[in-house]
Amino acid sequence: MLRITAFLSGLLFGFGLLLSGLANPGKVLGFLDLAGAWDPSLALVMAGAIGIALIPFTIAKRRTRSVLGAPLRLPTRRDIDRPLVVGSLIFGTGWGIAGICPGPAITLLGGGYWQAFLFVGAMLVGMLVFELLERRRIAAELANATA
Amino acid sequence: MTIDWSSFTPGSALLGGALIGLSVAAFVLLNGRVAGITGLLATVFQRQDEGRSDKLLFLVGMVVAPIVWQLFQELPRVQFVAGGWLPLVVAGLLVGFGTRYGSGCTSGHGVCGLSRLSPRSLIATLSFMATGFITVYVLRHLIGV
Repeated sequence: MLRITAFLSGLLFGFGLLLSGLANPGKVLGFLDLAGAWDPSLALVMAGAIGIALIPFTIAKRRTRSVLGAPLRLPTRRDIDRPLVVGSLIFGTGWGIAGICPGPAITLLGGGYWQAFLFVGAMLVGMLVFELLERRRIAAELANATA
Repeated sequence: MTIDWSSFTPGSALLGGALIGLSVAAFVLLNGRVAGITGLLATVFQRQDEGRSDKLLFLVGMVVAPIVWQLFQELPRVQFVAGGWLPLVVAGLLVGFGTRYGSGCTSGHGVCGLSRLSPRSLIATLSFMATGFITVYVLRHLIGV
């Protein structure tokens, strides 16, 4: 059951990206271009999404298990640290270059665009670089702790 | 600032946004997970991640969406403005590394995080929006790409 709901949720997410225009890099860049002819549509995408998700998340915060009995895992961190800010600044720079963020990149794969395959390939390499640096950092910390 | 009324699509934006909201609401209430695409993608690199099949199936659903869509109607217009392969590769590398280092992207911080009223996600969202605006300003209006 959890697998079916996961698949259907993803399907719905993809439809939302396509319908909203978030899966169109040209439209995303039109939103990010404040100094040009500004297209405010994406602000409404966020408003629509948050408007719907606000109450469900408020309910989720009070529960320890999902409706289907799965453990409810919400992020618990509340500290504002340097990786959060620096990472987000780096992400925004890439977003501003191509107008593509991770969700639309994945959905555009299904449209068969070569640009999406190239972007996702590069994105996974970027994630892999992070993964390797993170593993090295953890290994170094462990070595320090035992030394 | 001038508003480009000819490109403004309030109806489909709100409705599409609502579908995204429904999707993340369903995933958290039924599967107990936050639908942050960066977090879901991270599982690709972790063999023994708990709930791996749920995460991968959500991603599969996202890829299948345009295929199902095309059974009923044509895909909406998709314009890749960043021409050529180099900008796409540079952008992809920055987006991949930045989202993992910053623990999330537009979905995890922007939609789910703000819906949870998370201060971390608010800071992250403001940060990536800021460099998004600045990058487009520099590329389009200072350099003129």
